[in-house]
Amino acid sequence: MTFRSTFLIAALLGSTALAAQGQTLRIGLESDPDALDPDRSRTFVGRIVFTALCDKLIDVTPDLELVPQLATEWTVSEDGRSVDMMLREGVVFHDGTPFDAEAVKANIERSQTLDTSVRKSEVSSIEEVEVVDTHHVRLNLSAPDAPLLAQLADRSGMMISPASFDSDVAANPVCSGPFKFVSRVAQDRIELEKFEDYWNADEISLDGVTYLPIPDSTVRLANLQSGDLDLINRLAATDVEAVESSDSLTYERADGLGYQGITFNTSNGAKSDNPFGQDARLRQALSLTIDRNAINQVVFAGLNAPASQFSSAVSPYFDEAYPVPERDVEQARALLAEAGYEDGLSLEMQFPNMPVSQQVVQMIQAMAAEAGIQINLTAKEFATMLSDQAAGDFQASQVGWSGRIDPDGNIYGFVTTGGGFNDGKYANEEVDRILAEARTVSDLEERKELYHQANQILMEDLPLFYLYNDAWLYGVSNDVEGFSPSPDGMIRLEGVTLSE
Amino acid sequence: MLSYIARRLLVSIPTLILVSIFVFALQQLLPGDPVLALAGEDRDPETLDRLRELYHLNDPIWMQYLRWIGGVLQGDFGQSIRTGLPVADMIASKLPVTIQLAVMSMIFAALIGIPAGIISAVKKGTITDYVANIVALSGLSLPNFWLGIMLILLVSVRWQLLPASGYVPLTEDPLQSIRTMLMPAFVLGTALAASLMRHTRSSMLGVLRQDYIRTARAKGLGERTVVMHHAFRNALTPVVTLAALLFGELIAGAVLTEQIFTIPGFGKMVVDAVFNRDYAVVQGVVLVTAMGFILMNLVADAAYVMLNPRLKAG
Repeated sequence: MTFRSTFLIAALLGSTALAAQGQTLRIGLESDPDALDPDRSRTFVGRIVFTALCDKLIDVTPDLELVPQLATEWTVSEDGRSVDMMLREGVVFHDGTPFDAEAVKANIERSQTLDTSVRKSEVSSIEEVEVVDTHHVRLNLSAPDAPLLAQLADRSGMMISPASFDSDVAANPVCSGPFKFVSRVAQDRIELEKFEDYWNADEISLDGVTYLPIPDSTVRLANLQSGDLDLINRLAATDVEAVESSDSLTYERADGLGYQGITFNTSNGAKSDNPFGQDARLRQALSLTIDRNAINQVVFAGLNAPASQFSSAVSPYFDEAYPVPERDVEQARALLAEAGYEDGLSLEMQFPNMPVSQQVVQMIQAMAAEAGIQINLTAKEFATMLSDQAAGDFQASQVGWSGRIDPDGNIYGFVTTGGGFNDGKYANEEVDRILAEARTVSDLEERKELYHQANQILMEDLPLFYLYNDAWLYGVSNDVEGFSPSPDGMIRLEGVTLSE
Repeated sequence: MLSYIARRLLVSIPTLILVSIFVFALQQLLPGDPVLALAGEDRDPETLDRLRELYHLNDPIWMQYLRWIGGVLQGDFGQSIRTGLPVADMIASKLPVTIQLAVMSMIFAALIGIPAGIISAVKKGTITDYVANIVALSGLSLPNFWLGIMLILLVSVRWQLLPASGYVPLTEDPLQSIRTMLMPAFVLGTALAASLMRHTRSSMLGVLRQDYIRTARAKGLGERTVVMHHAFRNALTPVVTLAALLFGELIAGAVLTEQIFTIPGFGKMVVDAVFNRDYAVVQGVVLVTAMGFILMNLVADAAYVMLNPRLKAG
């Protein structure tokens, strides 16, 4: 080997002296976000990026309380037909355009009218946005809409500069959040830098943040271990031990709002005509055969939370009347006998072809077999499973939901007649009525009462049942200080510092 | 020569059209609804209908195809339904990445495969031959994803010598760009090196048996001159053809390797597109890689002619 090539290789390998990064936090995400336009965005990881990029009218605390962000206070009128919002003064968008009532009006109208908007249904109750004065808007509603405030604490409430409406928003989003957009290379990185004129700039000490999509959780962790990343999202539960044993890393955990469960086809086409689709006792029997704690221990190292209902235990709407069911094979057998299947029966179940789902359903398969329920499993690629499910081509399906802060988002579409996620086409007029009413009530206690009423019926009918709530797990470098996870799974950068 | 190339290019047009029809049809056979995949967690029935309308998914398939191919002929590859970006721009942004990875992998493959092939041909039947064979075959047999993860764990996590994954454009920081690509290129290169080695070996063996080699030796030429100058140059032709074809495959993207090392190339883009039923992107990428493949075939043939001047006459 000549001197020159030796030198070249030494230079290639040795120069780990990465260009000075300043105080840029590098975050590994599990997938590449879709369009960076709040009105078009559909992915969960997209919401994580928006948390740094785009302020919302309302924010959420770790206790799931709604607190001011761009709106400083709000009042819902007695009849629930209008919402008055006072707006923060002195806020500017990243392009210098001032944020005011006109901007709110323009943004909500954009969500309602943009061709490709996927926000339309979230803000459909707003009939008119009235500009009362420069920092006061009134939302006039066609009907009381309790979940609306929670929507305004998510993408529907994100404000982009009206001056940027005519440009390609996704290619260069101009918002008013703590960080502004610098560049994006699809499937590689999204770079943001600190916005000097941010209204809450004192809370922000990072100079920038870079998001890197790395789908493989092992590789994501390897990047954290090698120091190429400072924080990773969706640390695999099975990797927590490796992180704990490392001197330079820690992990953070927060209970989530999402769930995984089993959905049954109760009346969507010919396939619903099976014993489990037609007899709630069999669905209950299956649920009783499952040891939810065992699944959590075996597959998730005990880091998730076993689930019993659509509200996670961290939600104020959690119903104490329905704790996590204990496994009871005797009771399951009795229910099978009562339904006329003392010799057992079989069920087809589909699940997404991911290792974790596979482990979960295989445990269920083994546990159900002890009560005489033979489960035939079919792994499906996710998009295929979604369309088969919508078409009614399933008996039972292992699916989940990423969770919303408002209870409506976690149940309404799944069990009401004609609901967007009601793939089993479960229909119960009483449930429809209660859940519709819960949408119009803004008093917390009154609303809770309604959701608990719905729970009573749903626990009896069991069109779907719940297995566990995903916890949010993060791998964090010891150089990062001040990061605390939230139940909504967003990565908030206020107060986060990075030491070198 | 030029008219030959022009003729070959014209002949490739029907091939490309057939490829495009084939891919379009195959995608329609895939189960899964692009709009459901697109809508994700915002599955409101009205939104779904509107999106179907917007992307013309209610039209008959032949109409969708004609609309698409009509656009392609005017240089418009359509729009990704997932990112909203023009497919042509997406492809253009991936092309340098994929080409860089392909070139670097090819260099690794050639540096390992060709010398190993020559040595094992010259030392046929000896222990050196067997060792070279075993090394080459293990390169082929080791799964890329396994080798990739092992390399990351050793080189990046334990020794901290190279970045674990990612991509830096060559224009931004050439040194860092090459450093991030070393491991993935090595992983891809070792797999290709095996076939290059086997081909070099068998081709060399064939040539070394020829009369003119005996003549060269009889003339008293040194073994080195005989092997490198007389034998290797003549044995090179089939190897170059193979290398060009392998290069064409590399252009089509190395799905697993790109996924492991998080390289934003064609492979990763097309996998994401298939999972999301982003038809326009899949079609665009397949069409471009088919073109790349045809082009590399052409390069192989041209190289053939240049390496063997006798073919020029014909």
